[in-house]
Amino acid sequence: MSEAVSTAAKGRARGAGRPGPVRLLLNNTLAASGLALLVLIIAAALLAPLLPLPDPDATAPANRLLRPLTEGHLLGTDALGRDILSRLVWGTRVSLAVGISATLIAAFFGSLIGLVAGYAGGRVDAFLMRGIDMVMAFPYILLALAIVAALGPGLLNALYAIAVVNIPFFARNIRGITIGLSRREFVDAARLSGKSNAGILFGEILPNVLPVIIITMSTTIGWMILETAGLSFLGLGAQPPQADLGSMLGEGRKILFTAPHVSIIPGLMIFALVMSINLLGDGVRDVLDPRLKSGALTRPVARTAVERRTVPETRTHNDSVLEVADLNTEFHIGDDVYRAVGGIDLHLKQGECLGIVGESGSGKSVTAMSLMGLVPTPPGRITGGAAWLGDEDLFAVSDERIRALRGADVSHVFQDPLSTLHPLFTIGDQLTEAIMAHRPIRRSEADTRAEELLRLVRITNPAERLKVYPHELSGGMRQRVCIAMALANDARIIIADEPTTALDVTVQAQILSLMDTLRRESNAAILFITHDFGVVSTVCDRVAVMYAGRIVETGTTEEVLNAPAHPYTRKLIDCVPVLGEPGRSSTPSRGVRRWSTICRRAVPSQHVARG
Amino acid sequence: MAAYIAKRLLAAIPVLFGLSIIVFLIMAMIPGDPATAILGSYATPENVARINADLGLDKPLPQQYLIWLGNLLQGDLGRSYALNRPVLDEVLERFSATLILAGTALVLCSILGLLAGVVSAVRQYGLADKVITVLVLIGISIPSFWLGLLLILAFAVKIRLFPASGMYAIYGGGDLPDLLHHLFLPALTLAVVATGVIARLTRTAMLEVLRQDYIRTARAKGLTERRVIYRHAFKAALVSVIPVIGIQAGFVLGGAVYIETVFQWPGIGSMLVNAISTRDLLLVQGGVLVVAAAYVLFNLAADVVQTLLDPRLR
Repeated sequence: MSEAVSTAAKGRARGAGRPGPVRLLLNNTLAASGLALLVLIIAAALLAPLLPLPDPDATAPANRLLRPLTEGHLLGTDALGRDILSRLVWGTRVSLAVGISATLIAAFFGSLIGLVAGYAGGRVDAFLMRGIDMVMAFPYILLALAIVAALGPGLLNALYAIAVVNIPFFARNIRGITIGLSRREFVDAARLSGKSNAGILFGEILPNVLPVIIITMSTTIGWMILETAGLSFLGLGAQPPQADLGSMLGEGRKILFTAPHVSIIPGLMIFALVMSINLLGDGVRDVLDPRLKSGALTRPVARTAVERRTVPETRTHNDSVLEVADLNTEFHIGDDVYRAVGGIDLHLKQGECLGIVGESGSGKSVTAMSLMGLVPTPPGRITGGAAWLGDEDLFAVSDERIRALRGADVSHVFQDPLSTLHPLFTIGDQLTEAIMAHRPIRRSEADTRAEELLRLVRITNPAERLKVYPHELSGGMRQRVCIAMALANDARIIIADEPTTALDVTVQAQILSLMDTLRRESNAAILFITHDFGVVSTVCDRVAVMYAGRIVETGTTEEVLNAPAHPYTRKLIDCVPVLGEPGRSSTPSRGVRRWSTICRRAVPSQHVARG
Repeated sequence: MAAYIAKRLLAAIPVLFGLSIIVFLIMAMIPGDPATAILGSYATPENVARINADLGLDKPLPQQYLIWLGNLLQGDLGRSYALNRPVLDEVLERFSATLILAGTALVLCSILGLLAGVVSAVRQYGLADKVITVLVLIGISIPSFWLGLLLILAFAVKIRLFPASGMYAIYGGGDLPDLLHHLFLPALTLAVVATGVIARLTRTAMLEVLRQDYIRTARAKGLTERRVIYRHAFKAALVSVIPVIGIQAGFVLGGAVYIETVFQWPGIGSMLVNAISTRDLLLVQGGVLVVAAAYVLFNLAADVVQTLLDPRLR
């Protein structure tokens, strides 16, 4: 997974310029329509005095409750014969003004509290935030009601009440950002130059939190318009003859059954207004949120997509349990294509351990994950080659068949046992589940089998350990559990993807010797992915060295270790620290990285542009 | 677990004290003379003095608070002038009706929101996802009081399927089916906004979880996709959605004010609106306090459920 990301990142820097934020926003149909609607509503509200509308307060008892589309009254008239269209435009003006004012007040006081609390820290922070927590302990609208109750009904009081209950949202957001900024170098520099606290807060920090204030405003203004309209609807906001959209709706409600249009129309206007703001706000957030921009929140499907351009037909190693021929795996991100694996051939005999060695980004993990379709799609895609398990081509079989093979014939051990075990299920749950997915046995039998498995990986008190959660075990223990899980159904092949990398050195050695012993006992073949030649020399019979998505050298472990043919292999071997030779670096970075730079010229570019 | 719940209950006590101070201060901030406000045209000097003494308004503020708090702890929230009965009696009676409405709405929005969110995530970018996304946007933008009116017009006036208002039928009602019949429209209306919020967050949480390593492990074990999604991914997503449901309880309790007014539901929300209009301030005070305290307990329950689900929090 990490390799996939690094390959992608490498390519992105090279990718063509992305469209600007405004372009992106307008490309989003929903956001663009929200913007258009909002501009229309605001324009109508602003131009109200210039529009050819009748006086919104002119009553005409003779023309009361006219239906919409009546001559001279496009939207009809209300109970006093007033023109609804005119009242609607003027009411929108009031609602918008109140909503914007409430937002500005909440933003001003909330940001001030957040800035001071975040910058001052300590007791001031504790005191202010405790107060904010208290306000948030009230159900949102209820506190506004209490404030209106105290101040008395009226549009201005409703505005204050709604502003007050929204202060916490600003205070919390701004405080979070301010705390981070206060520890930054430019703030220290300003302090050393003798600037006052107020000067730093408003001169240095405020400009940096301004975008956050604006984003918070765009997400809260919709609510504030909605809630002030609500208070007016209840008769606690605008008082006659003044009218906003909420009070129009409230008055219309009294004649709901006889003249529904009087209440439906202003409600529709509130809805349109809030909807347009929310559409635009969502669009703005999508553009500004870098996580959404990179498409990282796309859900991977159950199996890697297979779209093979080439399918090899002949097998060369008929005696092997697994044979991979000309495997190609690509990542498709937007219009860019990154080739992570570019034509790999592998074969694995029964009981054999094959090591795949390479630096991160070399494509070794993607190779291993491609076999059982565990490369995330999107963006991953298998674009060529075949993988024969016995007589079956794994890229040609059905999804259901792959599911049946996973964990039964081919099992996996992954790198970090803390993130690969489910944090919310007990070890026992996760083990029995692995067994019961492939065998129709009862839970009690599965429990017994799980206990056996734990004993097999040398875990003491297995019955007790079944009841614990992953976070209650040490790293080494957790990896033993993962190995037990891989052994649950006597798999023919175990794919181990850097199984010892996340562990400390002594535990590494234990896990390696355990895997070696178990392999000899069970006669399973192991595909062992690692970046560490030291590990390879301990457990692998043969080794394949990968660089930039290709195998650059392969042979028995002895051959490769004793006489590496490829300079890259030599560099990798040199990275293994040897006791008593302090001159040999234990950090791979320098040697390998130098080679990477040289190599990059020799190996054709992996970035294949498309359109 | 019992120890944990006890600890959380103890931690809620200062919050409840804080709430009582805020409620007290808001009422103390009332501009003008409350006695005159209460008495209106009956505000003779003797009456004003009597009310001031009644309310303890002749004493300094901290002392007023302590007296008020002392009474509060004994279950005495004062007497409603407009209704001429103890505030606590009225508030508890009204609050039970609100609990039925808000509780139903909360169950409804949790089920619908989680369901919509999961479907939306599983069918990401598919037709179901697009439809749900648009519905969610409508749900969180629609004024609930207006939606209530529309539903009354559609289902109580045009098609006479549900009653337009009240909690029980005036004649021959009073049993559970009658209650459910009256409950359906207001509970549905009240649930709409919260459903949208919960669906949105569930979708994000599911998408986040489905990218985790332990989901890959579940797939590598050969579990069916259904089991991967509904057992492994859903449980993990639920842990992050539960606190949001707790917060939504506050929006639902608050939103009940509108819905009770629209559907004339005899709950605490419609009581508060009336009490504000009649300046029955002790009733407002008592009502706000009880609902706020209930909200604190709702959030506490959400915390406990989250801890039950996530062993790492224990």
